[in-house]
Amino acid sequence: MNDIDIAALGGHLHEAYGTRMPVAPLTDAHPDLQLEDAYRIQLHQVERWKNSGRRVSGYKVGLTSLAMQRQLGVDQPDFGHLFSDMIVDGSAVDAAAFISPKIEPEIAFVLKHDLRGPGLSLVDVIGAVDYAIASLEIIDSRVADWKIKLADTIADNASSGAVVLGNRPVRLDVADLGLAGCILTRNGDVVATGAGAAVLGNPLNGVLWLANKLGSLGQTLEEGSVVMAGSITAAVPIAPGDVFTATFAHLGDVRARFTAASEEDAV
Amino acid sequence: MTADWTIEKVADILLDAESNRTDRGRITDEWPGLDLKAGYDAQKVLIERKKADGHTVVGVKLGLTSRAKQKRMGIDSPLTAVITDKMVLEAGVPIVLDQLIHPRVEPEIVFVLGERLEGPGVTAATAMRAVASVHAGLEVIDSRYRDFSFAMPDVVADNASSARFVVGAKSVSPDGLDLALEACVLRINGAVVDTATGAAVQGHPAEALALAANALAARGEAIEAGSIVLTGGITDAVFISDGDEVSVEFTSLGQIVVPVRRSA
Repeated sequence: MNDIDIAALGGHLHEAYGTRMPVAPLTDAHPDLQLEDAYRIQLHQVERWKNSGRRVSGYKVGLTSLAMQRQLGVDQPDFGHLFSDMIVDGSAVDAAAFISPKIEPEIAFVLKHDLRGPGLSLVDVIGAVDYAIASLEIIDSRVADWKIKLADTIADNASSGAVVLGNRPVRLDVADLGLAGCILTRNGDVVATGAGAAVLGNPLNGVLWLANKLGSLGQTLEEGSVVMAGSITAAVPIAPGDVFTATFAHLGDVRARFTAASEEDAV
Repeated sequence: MTADWTIEKVADILLDAESNRTDRGRITDEWPGLDLKAGYDAQKVLIERKKADGHTVVGVKLGLTSRAKQKRMGIDSPLTAVITDKMVLEAGVPIVLDQLIHPRVEPEIVFVLGERLEGPGVTAATAMRAVASVHAGLEVIDSRYRDFSFAMPDVVADNASSARFVVGAKSVSPDGLDLALEACVLRINGAVVDTATGAAVQGHPAEALALAANALAARGEAIEAGSIVLTGGITDAVFISDGDEVSVEFTSLGQIVVPVRRSA
């Protein structure tokens, strides 16, 4: 795909953030959209955001569960970029800032060393992780009605929205994170449960995949990066006024309250 | 012919289906008189028949313990069924597909009671006082209804699709366990197919136990000391195939690995 087409498709997605009017699936008009071109469309938007002064803080890894990969008919995860302004305070998240938001509990990692793939092993990842921390990812789709194929979500920054982090950074030696349980509640009701192993068998595998994937694209996963390793449960739709809490073994709680329509009117 | 139906006939039809390994349509479609009470009466007859056939009752199991499933079935508490010694799969013994109709597996948290538990008025806290040990569990369910399609009275009469179960050898004291956060990883042939925690069972497996004790009390029954209690599937039930290796691994309760074979 030529640069003009990449820029046009990236431009449509970029514009959807401002208008909150989603676009048709890119794969409708371009059924042969290659994953490589989908990442170029994502990077087109990333460059525009960087030029407008936004700073990349890390990455999210998506499609890390067997269930999600089967749903999209793929056998690999994908990734998107996280900007510093996407890491938000969970005490009042503006639900109206998103198009069709859903929430996922995740284990996030922060790195203390660069990871330069490809060819990295889990040993490299363990050595590079500073701490793990509980998190909630708010995913959103600039593609209408979440009618996404793999190339669509890659082009759309892997359906990123925002991130809320917990309060308790913990070292990797506290527990087997694969067997760490997680309970997601909405307004006090249990809506999903899971364990870290839902993420590629072990959430550290999310970091490993990302570092090797970035390496294959000539990029380094840099020290200080936040990596959202992948969802532990199926995504749950968010309504204004909802309060979600994810409780993790070893990592504590993380909470996100979404502003109700009435609060928005009052502003 | 509605007039021909009795709870004894329901029990016999379901026992025949089990031993002949044939599935059938819902009985409630043929006999609208099969309500929840009649379903439990038929279950009782079915268990009496099994006892006459050499089974010994070893405990109870709970079914429909997830709130999502209860909403779908229009009920507000789980159902109970009876488990016997002939349903026990010993460690390392395969699930034999030829002995069953269309088996599915689900991981469970299992209690062994040290004291008799009798409702009404049992709460999660008092229920846990009766629990002597907690174990990993794997239940094999096998509905005698086609495609697992049933109304509540149907599945109650069918002893909640009971077929086989495995209780992990590791015995863990309930003291200090956080069963809501106790996680389970279900793998088939090494691939993670689902994960969940004890909170998937009625918010906490102790809540499920309390509900079971109170529901049984309403029918004049108690859970005896020494009983095994299967507290309910914590993930969705998963189909299995010949040659599979099913594994459930828990945070604190250990692991169970069960092979699947076509024939014995």
